[in-house]
Amino acid sequence: MSMLHFVALAPFIVAIIIPFLYKKFRHIHTGWFVLPVPLLLFIYLIQYLPLGGEAMEIVENTVAWVPSLGINYTVYLDGLSLLFALLITGIGALVVLYSIYYIANKRDEPLNNFYVFLLMFMGAMLGVVLSDNLMVLYVFWEITSLSSSLLIAYWYHKEKSRYGALKSMLITVAGGFAMLAGFALLYVMTGALGSATFSIREIISYADVLKDSPLFLPAMLLILLGAFTKSAQFPFHIWLPDAMEAPTPVSAYLHSATMVKAGIYLVARFTPLFGGEAEWFWIVTGVGLFTMLWGSVSAIRQKDLKSILAFSTISQLGLIMSLLGLGSAALYFDIPNAGSVYSVAILAAIFHLVNHATFKGSLFMVVGIVDHETGTRDIRKLGGLMALMPITFTISLIGIASMAGLPPFNGFLSKEMFFTGTLQSMTLDIFNVQTLGFIFPVVAWIASVFTFIYSMILFFKTFTGKYQPEKLDKEAHEAPMGLLIPPIILASLVVIFGFFPNLLAYTIIDPAMQSILPGLLTEGEQFDVKIYHWHGLNPELFMTIAVVAFGTLIYLNLDRWKETTFFMRERDPLNAFYDNGLDGLVTGSQKVTKLQMTGLLRDYILYMLVFIIGMITWTFIKFNAFQYDFANLTLVPPYLWIVILVIIAASISLPFISHRISSILVLGVIGFLVALLFVIFRAPDLALTQLLIETVMVVLFLLAYIYLPELKKIDVKPRFNIFNLVVSIGMGLVVIVTGISVHAMRNDLDITSISEYFIENSKALGGGYNMVNVILVDFRGMDTLLEVLVLSIAALGVVTMIKLKMKGGEDI
Amino acid sequence: MLYTVSHITLVLMSLSIAICLYRVFIGPTIADRIVALDTTGINLIGFIGIIMILQDTVAYSEAILVIAILAFIGTIAFSKFLEGGVVIDRNHH
Repeated sequence: MSMLHFVALAPFIVAIIIPFLYKKFRHIHTGWFVLPVPLLLFIYLIQYLPLGGEAMEIVENTVAWVPSLGINYTVYLDGLSLLFALLITGIGALVVLYSIYYIANKRDEPLNNFYVFLLMFMGAMLGVVLSDNLMVLYVFWEITSLSSSLLIAYWYHKEKSRYGALKSMLITVAGGFAMLAGFALLYVMTGALGSATFSIREIISYADVLKDSPLFLPAMLLILLGAFTKSAQFPFHIWLPDAMEAPTPVSAYLHSATMVKAGIYLVARFTPLFGGEAEWFWIVTGVGLFTMLWGSVSAIRQKDLKSILAFSTISQLGLIMSLLGLGSAALYFDIPNAGSVYSVAILAAIFHLVNHATFKGSLFMVVGIVDHETGTRDIRKLGGLMALMPITFTISLIGIASMAGLPPFNGFLSKEMFFTGTLQSMTLDIFNVQTLGFIFPVVAWIASVFTFIYSMILFFKTFTGKYQPEKLDKEAHEAPMGLLIPPIILASLVVIFGFFPNLLAYTIIDPAMQSILPGLLTEGEQFDVKIYHWHGLNPELFMTIAVVAFGTLIYLNLDRWKETTFFMRERDPLNAFYDNGLDGLVTGSQKVTKLQMTGLLRDYILYMLVFIIGMITWTFIKFNAFQYDFANLTLVPPYLWIVILVIIAASISLPFISHRISSILVLGVIGFLVALLFVIFRAPDLALTQLLIETVMVVLFLLAYIYLPELKKIDVKPRFNIFNLVVSIGMGLVVIVTGISVHAMRNDLDITSISEYFIENSKALGGGYNMVNVILVDFRGMDTLLEVLVLSIAALGVVTMIKLKMKGGEDI
Repeated sequence: MLYTVSHITLVLMSLSIAICLYRVFIGPTIADRIVALDTTGINLIGFIGIIMILQDTVAYSEAILVIAILAFIGTIAFSKFLEGGVVIDRNHH
């Protein structure tokens, strides 16, 4: 095991000892014990950054886990993994620091739970981005789903928290399951090539061959389903706004910087395999753009700060997703010079990924501070906080301006590159882009206008306007320094990346691009990553200016729209599908169960008989099995006819007898006549036993008769039911037909009976002349032993039922 | 000769069983049915005896004895049931 393996495992190890530390050191906030974990990991990971401008060194280490199945804990650190790992540990450290001040060390706050869940999540997330093995990746993926649900339901006494946790669990686990199926398909596909593997890198190295497999498209769709559910893409985004019931540090960490980007990571990771395919291009780009539009439009009607940020996150994730889709065109090799032109979309995606993590993390923390210091997050109650909370205000200004895409912050740069990417994709002449390509920049532009509007709402409704202390629970004032440090750090990063974007160019962006778009460049070459503020008077700049102009115009007229139902309705209409679907699932399954599980034995018997009849009839028809052969039959003597007719008459009369004692008597007669048949067919022992048992049975029937409840004592004629008649006749016919066919087949197959052996050896080996008894106690004595056991169990059961009566009508 | 006579007897005996059964079916009282059942048992004894002659064996003599006992016990049980509603009395102490 190398150090790198412990990067993902260390949080789990610490999570084990956290509860002990919590119990032992109650006076110290547990968060302080947690803080070193992400901090040390961050420092450790930084050393892998190629700071000198050279190409990044790719590290790989394997530890066998289930080698017989090809499942190994392989850590693989390339540019993409490193970028995510740094985000997870870096923002993780800041979030832990923030949470120390946010969740006060009170008696009623189960801090140990919080930090155990958080560490579990952190370790799982690191595992997801570092694993090269699909199965290990899936395991960590599911742990992120689990721990995030636990974190959302941290205040589990709240109804809404539990609802949000359940919803996010159901949606992300459903997607994760689809993803597992996709992984399995990949394994099967490589298995068809003769080298079944779970290793992502090896699978990617077969990309050219795998493209021809019929399973390629299903695998792609299933993996995309996993990515879209995790990254809150339309229509699976509905869990994210409800996950805002989590504590704010959790929202900042999981729902802006890390977990929701796991799907982005998955798409980026699989771009070398699926990229260059038309389906991948259209699905990823289309879903991304639509999510971006949907999220930004939904965000402007939210009244809760965290909900605005949630929909904003959805929108920005859609942006990154669409850029990854557009950039995948670079892997389509028929276009000349594609690599350098279309890879700008990938560049924009990575850059915006970093930017979004910084400004959205800081914005969530700011919202948490506002909530913490005023007691509300409702924009209708807030206002005029600019002078009261100057530092919070400054941080928000930076974050919001970056989110809206204003210069000189980093959001502006990535937004410009986003426009460049969409404009360039319009000129693509593959995948039929020329007919529909104009949609890309149009949708991107409209979504950006809405992004600008909700950014303005977020800013102006919170910090400007009139201060309304009467609506607030607390007197608003500036937050303590501890709460402010993490957002200040993030906001400084926003500014630094805004002014010096090229700091990231060859340290983070280029290595990540190398892993998303392998094979485009020759060995040792690097992508041309240059990010400038000033491109000259190009279309992108005019688009940004138009965004600002239109956004301001619409914001100023927002009051006119306020009363429309569109604005009044905060919840996403798609929630109706989820809620009704879940209810429908429950009521639907209840209906199905009620339909078949009637609780009536006669119905269950009917199911069984109908099934047996159907099964045997089908078998007979399918294999044409009915045969008859009247050879080897003996002549029936006249008296036997009469005996058999009597038995038949008695049997048929049974259902028609309305008097219970009479039916018991007729049953006894039938038993006696069966004994007679045994005599006629030369079975003295059977006849003897049959007579005795039949008598005992009749006596037992009479005994039971007296104990029938009074009400039922009225002798009723059995109900006539035509269906029952059909089924019983069918059952009889099936058995008769089977018997006749078996007899005919025995003649055909010429099977000799083994009874010759018993006849010869019953005296020689068993020492008896009564062959039946010798078989029962000698040749096949074991069966007899167990029959004796059955009888003893039955006797004991009867005694128990009679003697040990439960009190108070309890059922046994 | 013996063979033919035995077969004729068997036919007659089975007819007699059928007639007894008819009485079991239609009653009209329970007592009628019980007596018919008892007679069925006795008919069985004769039937099995003739079968023994036909099959030239003594293997069913136990069966005959058992039927004789059971017919008796069965009739007693039914009669007791009709009389008191129970077959086996409880201990009164």
